Amino acid sequence: AAVTGAMPASRASAQALEPNTLEEISSYNNFYEFGWNKTDPADHAHAMVTSPWSISIDGMVDRPGTYTLEQLLEGLDIEERIYRFRCVEAWSMVVPWNGVELADVLAKAGVQSSARFVAFETTVQPDVMPGVRGRIIPFPYVEGLRLDEAQHPLTMLATGIYGDPMPKQNGAPIRLVVPWKYGFKSIKSIVRITLTDEQPPTTWNRLNAREYGFYSNVNPTVDHPRWSQASERKIGGGLFARRQDTLMFNGYEDQVASLYAGMDLREDY
Amino acid sequence: MPVSQQSLSRSINATLRRVPAWPIYIIGAAWAGWLFYLGLTGGLGPEPINALERRYGEVALQLLVAGLFVTPLRTWTGVNLVKFRRALGLTAFFYVLAHFLVWAVLDLRSLARIGEEIVKRPYITIGFAAFLLLIPLALTSNNISIKRLGAATWRKLHRLTYPAVLLGAIHYIWLVKGYPIEPFIYAAVIVGLLLVRLRWTRLRSATA
Repeated sequence: AAVTGAMPASRASAQALEPNTLEEISSYNNFYEFGWNKTDPADHAHAMVTSPWSISIDGMVDRPGTYTLEQLLEGLDIEERIYRFRCVEAWSMVVPWNGVELADVLAKAGVQSSARFVAFETTVQPDVMPGVRGRIIPFPYVEGLRLDEAQHPLTMLATGIYGDPMPKQNGAPIRLVVPWKYGFKSIKSIVRITLTDEQPPTTWNRLNAREYGFYSNVNPTVDHPRWSQASERKIGGGLFARRQDTLMFNGYEDQVASLYAGMDLREDY
Repeated sequence: MPVSQQSLSRSINATLRRVPAWPIYIIGAAWAGWLFYLGLTGGLGPEPINALERRYGEVALQLLVAGLFVTPLRTWTGVNLVKFRRALGLTAFFYVLAHFLVWAVLDLRSLARIGEEIVKRPYITIGFAAFLLLIPLALTSNNISIKRLGAATWRKLHRLTYPAVLLGAIHYIWLVKGYPIEPFIYAAVIVGLLLVRLRWTRLRSATA
């Protein structure tokens, strides 16, 4: 089933989403395991081992264990969803992801009622990851969501783009996609998912808590301490493309604003 | 300086006297044009504005660092590149200007936004300050200005290079996400080259 956009009533859907090309999506990446530069992932990720693949799911679940990729996806429909992708560095793309809802995968492991957060971890393969060898940031890369964010129907585990298997530089074989949050929340090449009752540590927050909050919801009214988040440049427009205004919750306000009712988004950035 | 090194530097200097400085301008301009062409045609990747901004800024810093090397190189090795320093400095300024224009004209495109960014974002404030400091230096990088100002005043004025380069280094460190190595290397080299001068000044005032 193709759920294109998946947000009929949204103000943002008034403007049709123009997906970036696969070439653009797979040649401009942050994947620090492979280096600092946007071209490092495309240059180095080909050596990453992505098959066979399994994810261990542990913590507050009924059926902890190591699940193969096939087991995780079995019985689930791979949907196409065209989402905006907004990097904290103020650039953006539109990506036609293929994948499943994270909630459905979590249900397979059986989330216990005590769980309140979900923690994720990226694979570490030092032999093929120059950034890991250089320890440019602490690895493994870890991320986390509140359980209600993780179970939101927009949150997906993506396994492909444009109907093709996920390019390695984009986080093969399976990665998180949380379209209303800055891109670094959408952790790549996941090997571990932990259900917990405590807010898990997250990589960029650990590196610089003042600049990168746990929530990191896309918010044009709360600037990064060093740069504006009010506008963004969509990748692929060339030298003469104009910036575009950044949308609240990256255009998914109607779907997700209720998750943060009563919260001060300046405080919980 | 040992005699053999002295004769080596002498023969290098003799060769350098026959090398004109003007190709630095030509190569500088051609390289800037080439980068712009690459940006236009996809050679800088799918985000060419950011890439171009970055590349122009880096070349500017490299040329400024090259300019700072001229005096220590002469002191330490006897090799004299002074005749190239004006071309290095002016080409550096040209790249700073190009860096600024890509940001202002291609990226932000609004005077209000440019003003706001300069005021609100410290790394842009200091980058812009460095740019402003370099303007009088670029305007007086000619023989007429040296004559008019007098060599001593002119030299004093051109010490503005030091704060300008230092601000440029901080600007670079401050704008990156995380802690990549390059900006810190530039900063270390620049601070080193400035400290060397500080020591010379101390030695001079001590012996005076």
